[in-house]
Amino acid sequence: MDHDRPSPPPLLPEPPIRLDPAARSTRVDLISFAVDSPVPRRGSRADSERLATSQKELSDDDARLVYINDPAKTNERFEFAGNSIRTAKYSILTFLPRNLFEQFHRVAYVYFLVIAILNQLPQLAVFGRGASVLPLAFVLLVTAVKDAYEDWRRHRSDRIENGRVASVLADGGRQFQPMLWKDIRVGEIIKIAANETIPCDMVLLSTSDSTGVAYVQTINLDGESNLKTRYAKQETLSKSVDKEGFAGLIRCERPNRNIYGFHANMEIDGKKVSLGPSNIVLRGCELKNTAWAVGVAVYAGRETKVMLNSSGTPSKRSRLETHMNRETLLLSGLLIALSSVVCVLAGIWLGNHKDELDYSPYFRKRNFSSDDEKYYNYYGIGMQIFFTFLMSVIVFQIMIPISLYISMELVRLGQAYFMIRDASLYDEASNSRFQCRALNINEDLGQIKYVFSDKTGTLTENKMEFQCASIQGVDYSGGKASSPRDWEVCSVVVGNQFWRPKLLVKTDPELVRLLRSGRETREGMRAREFFLALAACNTIVPLTVETPDPKQKLIDYQGESPDEVALVYAAAAYGFVLVERTSGHIVIDVLGERLRFDVLGLHEFDSDRKRMSVIIGCPDKTVKLFVKGADNSMFGVIERSINLDIIHATETHLHAYSSLGLRTLVIGMRELGSAEFIDWQSAYEKASTALMGRGSLLRAVAANVECNLHILGASGIEDKLQRGVPEAIESLRQAGIKVWVLTGDKQETAISIGYSCRLLTSEMTQIVINSHSKDSCRKSLEDAIAMTNKLAAIFPGAQNTITGTGSPRIPLALIIDGTSLVYILETELEEELFKAATACDVVLCCRVAPLQKAGIVALIKNRTDDMTLAIGDGANDVSMIQMADVGVGISGQEGRQAVMASDFAMGQFRFLVPLLLVHGHWNYQRMAYMILYNFYRNAVFVFMLFWYVLYTAFSLTTAITEWSSVLYSVIYTALPTIVVGILDKDLSRKTLLKYPQLYGSGQREERYNLKLFILTMMDTVWQSLAIFFIPFLAYRHSTIDGSSLGDLWTLAVVILVNIHLAMDVLRWNWITHASIWGCIVATAICVIIIDSMPVLAGYWAIYHVMGTGLFWLLLLGITVAGMVPRFAMKAFTEYFFPSDIQIARELEKFGNLDAVAASEIPMSTFSPRHRRFI
Amino acid sequence: MNSKGASTSGGDGTRDSSAPRRNSKKPKYSKFTQQELPACKPILTPAWIITSFALVGLVFVPIGLASLSASEQVVEIVDRYDIDCIPEQFQKNQLAYIQNSETNKTCTRNLIVPKKMNSPVYVYYQLDNFYQNHRRYVKSRSDKQLRSTAYEQVTDSCKPEDKANGSAIVPCGLIAWSLFNDTYKFSLDSKVLEVNKKNIAWKSDQDHKFGSDVYPKNFQSGELIGGAKLNASIPLSEQEDLIVWMRTAALPTFRKLYGKIEVDLELNDKITVVIQNNYNTYGFGGKKKLVLSTTTWIGGKNDFLGVAYLTVGGMCLFLAICFVLLYVFKPRTLGDPSYLSWNRNAAGHPS
Repeated sequence: MDHDRPSPPPLLPEPPIRLDPAARSTRVDLISFAVDSPVPRRGSRADSERLATSQKELSDDDARLVYINDPAKTNERFEFAGNSIRTAKYSILTFLPRNLFEQFHRVAYVYFLVIAILNQLPQLAVFGRGASVLPLAFVLLVTAVKDAYEDWRRHRSDRIENGRVASVLADGGRQFQPMLWKDIRVGEIIKIAANETIPCDMVLLSTSDSTGVAYVQTINLDGESNLKTRYAKQETLSKSVDKEGFAGLIRCERPNRNIYGFHANMEIDGKKVSLGPSNIVLRGCELKNTAWAVGVAVYAGRETKVMLNSSGTPSKRSRLETHMNRETLLLSGLLIALSSVVCVLAGIWLGNHKDELDYSPYFRKRNFSSDDEKYYNYYGIGMQIFFTFLMSVIVFQIMIPISLYISMELVRLGQAYFMIRDASLYDEASNSRFQCRALNINEDLGQIKYVFSDKTGTLTENKMEFQCASIQGVDYSGGKASSPRDWEVCSVVVGNQFWRPKLLVKTDPELVRLLRSGRETREGMRAREFFLALAACNTIVPLTVETPDPKQKLIDYQGESPDEVALVYAAAAYGFVLVERTSGHIVIDVLGERLRFDVLGLHEFDSDRKRMSVIIGCPDKTVKLFVKGADNSMFGVIERSINLDIIHATETHLHAYSSLGLRTLVIGMRELGSAEFIDWQSAYEKASTALMGRGSLLRAVAANVECNLHILGASGIEDKLQRGVPEAIESLRQAGIKVWVLTGDKQETAISIGYSCRLLTSEMTQIVINSHSKDSCRKSLEDAIAMTNKLAAIFPGAQNTITGTGSPRIPLALIIDGTSLVYILETELEEELFKAATACDVVLCCRVAPLQKAGIVALIKNRTDDMTLAIGDGANDVSMIQMADVGVGISGQEGRQAVMASDFAMGQFRFLVPLLLVHGHWNYQRMAYMILYNFYRNAVFVFMLFWYVLYTAFSLTTAITEWSSVLYSVIYTALPTIVVGILDKDLSRKTLLKYPQLYGSGQREERYNLKLFILTMMDTVWQSLAIFFIPFLAYRHSTIDGSSLGDLWTLAVVILVNIHLAMDVLRWNWITHASIWGCIVATAICVIIIDSMPVLAGYWAIYHVMGTGLFWLLLLGITVAGMVPRFAMKAFTEYFFPSDIQIARELEKFGNLDAVAASEIPMSTFSPRHRRFI
Repeated sequence: MNSKGASTSGGDGTRDSSAPRRNSKKPKYSKFTQQELPACKPILTPAWIITSFALVGLVFVPIGLASLSASEQVVEIVDRYDIDCIPEQFQKNQLAYIQNSETNKTCTRNLIVPKKMNSPVYVYYQLDNFYQNHRRYVKSRSDKQLRSTAYEQVTDSCKPEDKANGSAIVPCGLIAWSLFNDTYKFSLDSKVLEVNKKNIAWKSDQDHKFGSDVYPKNFQSGELIGGAKLNASIPLSEQEDLIVWMRTAALPTFRKLYGKIEVDLELNDKITVVIQNNYNTYGFGGKKKLVLSTTTWIGGKNDFLGVAYLTVGGMCLFLAICFVLLYVFKPRTLGDPSYLSWNRNAAGHPS
């Protein structure tokens, strides 16, 4: 078992079972929170062990024994966790050491700590004790306060959580008594009332429902808002816990993170009963539509599944920051170079003057006051050189900008604030704001080159609507044309009340007529069986909802898969209304006649079989097996010897449906003979009570019985495109972002969705790769590459044409399916695929498994430097989201697994456009500028110090007071860069949306690259020369004292760097004004305060120097002389070599955007309002 | 999708109606949160660029001229005397001469006034190559001790000049120890020119930095005499030469105010200076100069500021002209979308 494995973690070899029949047709679902941990967390060893045990079947050795209603005995042998939880990281005692330890994980902090320690050595003491530690202490303090505040909030929420009350069967007693959550122990029996939150993971014993059903809402756990059904076992159901008492033993697996898996068995009254995931309710869920439920606690506190799943937010490092570290290294090189120059020159100077230094008044090497006349503070030239080196590192330390790290965090916080508050990223439908889960990759959003998108729920709404059916080879798709019919058809009379389904589905009149009339015909029978299958073969729970009209009630179908819900509503619309479900039977109103069907067995959906089946005991004493599933899995188990023409017709219809973009399911059935039924039943019972390998045994039983089916028909369910998807994809494409769609759907469905969302266009040449062996894959890929080469040869020079609108090249689309990918990914063919795929404009992968999605992302990520973004909504997208540089989760219908794994989460796919094109662009521009500016700002200061050192006999004196040196990057110049980093914006939202091509600036890394860095550094050197030498030459041969000149330099450098910033600010609002000019004033005030302290050498110097005209002329001269080259360069390039952004800015200010738009290629539906930008 | 009905079904009607509004997470609109604060968006248009360059040029050139003329008005007499003041026989061994306390250090210099000098005429001594800004030197003082008798023993920073004969030196440290001790006596036509040595130090230093109750103690009593001795009966706040000296110079060549001559000096006046050449700059290759200078608003004589302003101003005017020419010969319409990179090929614009 590898413990510190890199992300992504390998998927479970044996996926946990989940009731998800609807996904069978299109998705290879793999749902487990175990996949959910991208980062190896602390204690990953324990985690992975627990994971492993959850995969194996339960063995007695590592089982946990829970004595029901005997917490004392339960807890005596093992140390089970109590139910109190603790999400807070620190206690008062551990806060300081732990927080410091965590903070010093950053290399930069260690660097500054080392420097501060060096400075404490008497030989190297450049700064005073206080001054040298202050900046680091300041940064540490700010972070510590932030952490402490967050932790305090966690403490508070822990306290509230632990202090909640549940009613618990008092130890040995006969009645339920209130007890604090934190005091609940494993083994205790707890009673939950309706709408209460469940305090710990517990096995259901009995519920208010006579059949033992309880409904829970798991929204706190996985975000799915539909109700889930949980059952108490028949054996415990009848016992009245508080009257008779209760005793038994539960043997369950160790705590693990898989919220969809649970293996246990219960010994009660000498009987052994097996328990599964449907018998357990988890902490954090709420009990709904059930008056009460009684259960026994099996996992408590931190061992509950919800706590085991509360992983931290993923931590990534942005591209810009990686590049920044490269330049930081360059700057360290520069720092070492400067220090070396100083120490070498100091050595030479000492060598030249070694005879004079004994007596020279300013050096006085020899100590005459001691008796032996030893040297004072002098250790020989070698050591002096070494000390000088270390001292210059200390003096020049801020070459590496410590404040940059904290500024970046603050800026990202501000950017996140604006993204979260952006009204255009708010989704009305799901009432969800944008979420920033990862705080350190904001600027990556501005550099994306590849978007990998899931289809279902991401491009589409995942709101399924039944559209058409093919029954017995006849296509019934007239429903679209008909109007919704009146209620009576599908409403059910219960007593004196009408119950009707909550949603209406359009029906095909032909089919309705067939159902109504054709009771005796073969077609009619088949059609009835088809809809019976739709109504019965599922796990949907019907709930009745009151309406204002007391005579009418609504039936609300609750289920875990939207496809299933759609099918049941469809069945209801055709008169097959599912009215009631208990654990043992279902009641279906068949065209007005209420029938009770016994559910004898249910084979849950799994991703291997890709189908589910149910065995029903009909009222006429026959036993029927209904199966529904994905077409490719279903055609394998359908008896092909009979009805071959029906099968062919259905296949044709399926093809047609999927071409329309519909999701298809095939439905089959078989009547079981009594012998066969008995065989099956014994096998089923044996398998479902097995303690070892239950999952695989059940699968084997299912595979055994699901064979030789008669085909009933197929259904087509529409999954509507989300609003704005085609426009969004168009915008992204214009922005130079390649959009790849990775879907579990069939190829035809995928292609038709591709067309409807304008990913594919009719002029595109499609290259389709559908291969079933490695060799044919290789051949297809070679053909594809040859084709791209040929096209490239026809239209040379048109390589990068996706951005261009006037491209003459024929665009290419690559369509590849999951089977082919099996032979390509992780083999030598990957390289070929990469070549072919990158040459194409669009790539569409269908029928891909979750791991393959990640594999495709990795294909790009490992071979190029391009930034990748993955967007998806379901658990099957988790691995892809974690693999990509930026992961975006859609908080949609399919729960929150994707959101939990993502860096950013939002409600709709189309928000990707404002997110990338607007916020991403801004974030990148701001952050890039801020980093460059911070390097410049600190380097100009260091260079200024360096020039002075050359005139102090290389003794590293600074004219600037040590306090000013220390405060320089923390106070004097920190605020404006943060404010500009948060608020400045080059272009308005409208312009950015109108010209998606402007996004290219980030992709091409235009605002931060080595060339810009070097140019900035050259400018830095010039500015530092101006700052230093103008006063130096002006005050040469004068009475100027060090402190006065130091004050002048301090003010000059602060003014210059702030003016520099001001010159680059693109948008001045009052906050910018206040911070920039305020900072200059604040600096002046600080300098004045420092010079008002009589104990410091520079006492009153500023007042003296400010009184002279020369001082003011020098400040003016420095500012202008320092800025002229930069200003001239800026003016020159902006006018004669304007960037796209510059032109767009001018357009915003001077151009008439609307008039221009008319002459442009119409490209965007984000049309600007008819108003000029001001 | 169907959950809303289910979850609110238990609630009563009033809660239903108010719930959506209360629970809506829709961000409140404000200009700030939507990043639409009213703002000025400056763009460097040709007009702006040319105006700013021209303006800077037009401001800087006159200032430069004014500074130059001010510097011109300053009359300055500089006389280097450290070599000349050593008798012929000691020229080979200057160090021996200056270190020997027996030798006669008196030296007479004659200065001719080149131009009329209006009073006050400032008398400076200038030291070259004396690193008053050396790290070892600048730190070698005790500001606490200078201010108050209570801190007399605070001499840690003064090493190696912290204690002599076992007790603390006041004022301690290398700076005080190396106090300049040449003296000048001026006479004009054998009439003594009074040099006013009052108010040559900063008032702020006298009032707050050097205590009026702190008296020199144990000063220059060690083996090695560094410079001037102090009158132990005068408090530090009145020792103006010391105060001036202790305001350490920023650069290795510096002037210190010696005093003021408060009469006008006429053209071709012949001033005789009698120098007591005590201070040892020979040990480290320093130079000593006597400077008499008038001042103007820019201080002493220094052409640099004027030249710098003229250069920068001239450059800006030149750039203004360059930009005018560039705009005339290579104009570009601002905000023309056909210049956008993706439109360039299509529109046939030269890139």
